Formats: sequence, structure tokens, C-alpha cells
Amino acid sequence: MQYLQYRGGIGMLAWAFHRISGVAVWLFIIFHVFSMWLVTANPALYEQVHAVYSTTPGRIGEILLGAALLYHALNGLRIIVMDLWPATTVYHRQLWIGLWVVFVAVGGPMAAILFVRMVEGG
Amino acid sequence: MAVRTTRAGRARPGGGGFELAVWYLMRLTGLGLFVLALAHYVITHIVYPSSIQTAEWVAEVRWSSVAWRTLDWLMLSLVLFHAFMGLRVVVGDYTSGMTRTVLTASLYLLGLLLFAMGTMSVAVLPLPGE
Repeated sequence: MQYLQYRGGIGMLAWAFHRISGVAVWLFIIFHVFSMWLVTANPALYEQVHAVYSTTPGRIGEILLGAALLYHALNGLRIIVMDLWPATTVYHRQLWIGLWVVFVAVGGPMAAILFVRMVEGG
Repeated sequence: MAVRTTRAGRARPGGGGFELAVWYLMRLTGLGLFVLALAHYVITHIVYPSSIQTAEWVAEVRWSSVAWRTLDWLMLSLVLFHAFMGLRVVVGDYTSGMTRTVLTASLYLLGLLLFAMGTMSVAVLPLPGE
């Protein structure tokens, strides 16, 4: 239970999201490397597996994957900046807000494209 | 000696050696993946819809040149290191003793297996017209 205790603050939230998104992307990579291996090893099975991407749950998963990847990438950059230039930790709140501004500005349009594709098919 | 801590990532391990090298490599591979993985997502999910990505499309379009395959193989190397060394930190946080040893060894084995499978994927699939 000690790992579930909320210790508070932006750093704790950023860390928790980083870990959750990291494990999620790790799980996807295991699936992804395996399914791309099937392209050569068993093309017919690849087609069956890949068809999952075009289902509604698959398309929602695709959007969530992009969100996890983008958050993990942006927060990773925030970690690198604060690790290499500790003076920037003074502005950790601004970096956190900036992360979400970029997340919405970049991820929003991409999610919208995928959402429209999900509704219209294609 | 001052304790070297940060408010962002895992504290930089002191004393050098393997752990410090991994700490730096996580950041280096992370920077590489910031470009490679995000570009990869945009290409394979936004520019090209997932629905058209048949095995034939992979062979004829996506992996039509040695250059694309080399770039994707570079990304494979970076992402497997980053993802599996990241999971190693997670395992280290929540387990100890024999459990940690077994899980960490399993991670290394699975990472190596996926590296072999991914390398095979880009190397064995015939190029268009081949």
C-alpha cells in the first residue's frame, strides 16, 4: 500500500503519469514487435491481428497510445531539462503547465483526425 | 559529499559504473525516441491510416527501401533498451530478492528475443522487386 499513498504535488503526479504511460507503451511494443514479425513469418495471421486496429476499441486504443507516447515524450524532456540544468527546477510549475499546453496543441488535432476517421470509417 | 538528487527523474546514481551509464543512456535514448517514436506514430497512424497497412503495404510501401528499414531498426534498438531498462526500474521499485532477480532476468531475455524478432522482420522481408 505504501506505493499507493498520495504524497502530493506536481512532481508526484508527473512521476505517476510517466510510469503508467511508460508501462502502457512497453506493453504495446511487445505486441507491436511481435505483430510486425508476423509480416514475414505468417502474413495471413498478421492480417487477422492487424484488423484489430480498425475496430472501435482498436481505434480508441490508437488514440490512447498516442496520448501515452506524447505525454511520456514531453515529460521525459522535462526530466532531462531539470536533471541537466537543476536551476530550472525553480520553474517546475511553468514546465508542467507548458507540457500540457504542448500536449493539447499537438495531441488535440491528431486525436481529432483519428476520431473523425473512427466515426466516418477509413 | 553532497547527495545528488533531482526533483524530476530518478536520482543520478553516484560512483559511476553500470548504473550511471544506464542513467545517461536512458536520457540519450529518450531524446532519440522523442524524434523517432513521435515521427513514427505520425507516419503510421496519422499520415497513413492503420486500416490500409496490410502485409503487402508494409513490404511495398513502408519497408520499400533499406534506408527506412535501417531507421526503423535504429528505433527498435533504442526503444527496446529504453522500454526494458525502464521496466527494470519499475521491477526494482516493487520487488526484492529472488523475485527481483527472476523478473529482471526475464525482462532481459524478453528484450533480447524481441530484438532478434525485430531484426529478422526488417532483414528477411524481401524488398520490392526482389
